[in-house]
Amino acid sequence: MSRAKFVIYRLLGALIVLLIVAAACFAIFYLMPSNPAQYSCGKPCSPDRLAEVERYLGVDQAWWKQLFDFLRGIVVGRDFGAGAAAIHCDAPCFGYSFRLRDSVTSLILSRLPITVSLTLGAAVLWAIGGIAAGLIAALKRGTATDNVVMGAAITGISAPTYLLGLLGILLFGFTLNVLPIGGYVPLTENPAMWAFHLILPWIVLAIANAAIYARLTRGQMLEVMSQDYIRTARAKGLSEPVVIGKHGLRNLVLPLTTLFAIDIGGLLGGAVITEKVFGLGGVGTLLLEAVSNLDIQVIVGVTLFAAAIVVIANLLADLSYSILDPRIGARH
Amino acid sequence: MTAASQGPAERVPAQRTRRDSVWVRLLRSRASVTGLVLVLVFILLALLAPVFSALTGNSPLSYNSDLLGPDTAPAGPFGGISTQHWFGVEPRTGRDLFAIVSYGAQVSLLIGLAATLVSIVVGVIVGLVAGFYGGFADRLLSRLTDVIFGFPFLIFAIALSATVPASVPRTLLLILVIGFFGWPSIARVVRSETLSLKERGFVRAAAAQGTGSARIIIREIFPNILATIIVFTTVSIPGKIGAEAALSFLGVGVNPPTPSWGRSISDAISWVQVDPMYLIFPGMALFLVTLGFNMFGDGLRDALDPAEARSESAAPIEPVSTGGQP
Repeated sequence: MSRAKFVIYRLLGALIVLLIVAAACFAIFYLMPSNPAQYSCGKPCSPDRLAEVERYLGVDQAWWKQLFDFLRGIVVGRDFGAGAAAIHCDAPCFGYSFRLRDSVTSLILSRLPITVSLTLGAAVLWAIGGIAAGLIAALKRGTATDNVVMGAAITGISAPTYLLGLLGILLFGFTLNVLPIGGYVPLTENPAMWAFHLILPWIVLAIANAAIYARLTRGQMLEVMSQDYIRTARAKGLSEPVVIGKHGLRNLVLPLTTLFAIDIGGLLGGAVITEKVFGLGGVGTLLLEAVSNLDIQVIVGVTLFAAAIVVIANLLADLSYSILDPRIGARH
Repeated sequence: MTAASQGPAERVPAQRTRRDSVWVRLLRSRASVTGLVLVLVFILLALLAPVFSALTGNSPLSYNSDLLGPDTAPAGPFGGISTQHWFGVEPRTGRDLFAIVSYGAQVSLLIGLAATLVSIVVGVIVGLVAGFYGGFADRLLSRLTDVIFGFPFLIFAIALSATVPASVPRTLLLILVIGFFGWPSIARVVRSETLSLKERGFVRAAAAQGTGSARIIIREIFPNILATIIVFTTVSIPGKIGAEAALSFLGVGVNPPTPSWGRSISDAISWVQVDPMYLIFPGMALFLVTLGFNMFGDGLRDALDPAEARSESAAPIEPVSTGGQP
């Protein structure tokens, strides 16, 4: 029963956070500028069009009514304007781009496969690479191997993604001419070309995170291995691989799960920098395009979408915690 | 294990011996000395930017089209490096790249340090209040911390910079935005240290004597978490510098013609094949200053608290990052 209660608790908590984030986004972006219609209209914006957009957005309404319409749109969809000329936006409605004449939700969905491909591929690389490197460093603590791995980690953490990306393009794209320097091929179209075009972005995106995971893994591992129960396990005569595998690694799972969920969630909302460097038109690029066109509906929509993904990722991490860690159910 | 766990009576002498050994330990580590030297080099570079500019007669704003080839790339090898232009010149404009990098250091360090200050102040206050008062304040602040910690900072900062009126100075906006999203990690650490300090004898003794909450926080708790705050400040700086560079890289940072490493790197994208040095100099500057702060911060953490360094050095809330949030 306590676990069910915990799940409900967390679900409600996530819902409230999402509501607050949505309201905050609305307040910051729609109430602050002098005329949100001006932003939504895009450039160039003729007076006729501005009047039209104002009518569609209902900016003449009271702010609480606008907020209500905005939130209701996310849950049940909404109509911009009224009558025959109304534009319908299906739930979840994150807004409507008058410039692109499409709902923000469908704009995001059309870009999402690219961001998902980029993020998940990189996530596999950094999880495997980072954890393996951290384990090796911990097991060889104080040796040259440890120093090399940790030196590489602090270098990887300190190197900005876009610098690594550009150097990678320079080396593998231009000088060696072995990898494409950008572009995206859908997975459904040609899986081999899909992977071929993404190898460099995956590696570049994975490096910084792999370095952080390596440091975390090493730190946790050293901490765990100094505990009494590890000494007991060794004293019992368990072999070293069993000690490390069964007792050591188990303690890594919890902190790494949370971090992994949050990192992936953060990137799914738009891997802005990597997308820009490699010319991948994902969600992050959609945002940057919207910024240069001052298409505020898209800007707000993508921000909300990214925040929602992070909240959901946190929720999933919390829930997996309750499955992985038997102590959690008891706490509530 | 540290001064953080010592009572008020021992505190003064204990800190003196500890401070001595901190410096000894710090300077014994080659990595932290390297880091310190790198940091000092960049601080000097930033401070002396006008001096260099006066010496060479190069301003980061003056165009030199005579130094460019017909394709508007710098004439001469390695991006036009010469005794007059140590790092060569910028393609298309012929502006001196050394002047751009050194004045860029001013922008980077100013925004990085000021944003760090903002986030440390907010984080310490939130952490102290949540940890000391507990209850509802703690629940509310901890939840807020979780939300901000997970918030897609880069996305939000991009969105904000597009909609904030141009009348707000960019530097100030960047300091506030970067600083505001940086406080959750320090808040969590301060909270947990405050929680454990609150239960210690000397704090309870002070409370029993009728000392007020504010006074206990300032006189008893704060001095004992100062070491942690110093370490966190150091390791937070590179992330903030990286955040400014990332935003400038994405075209939503400081406005031209104010030099910025991130913008130079972004401009270098279209020149990377013809003039790679245009990428290398600002890029290496950003990389080295980040590396310097990270190495120094690691060393400082180990020196201040060797026993805890192992586990703490890689806690999930570790703020060490490029801010080049991918």
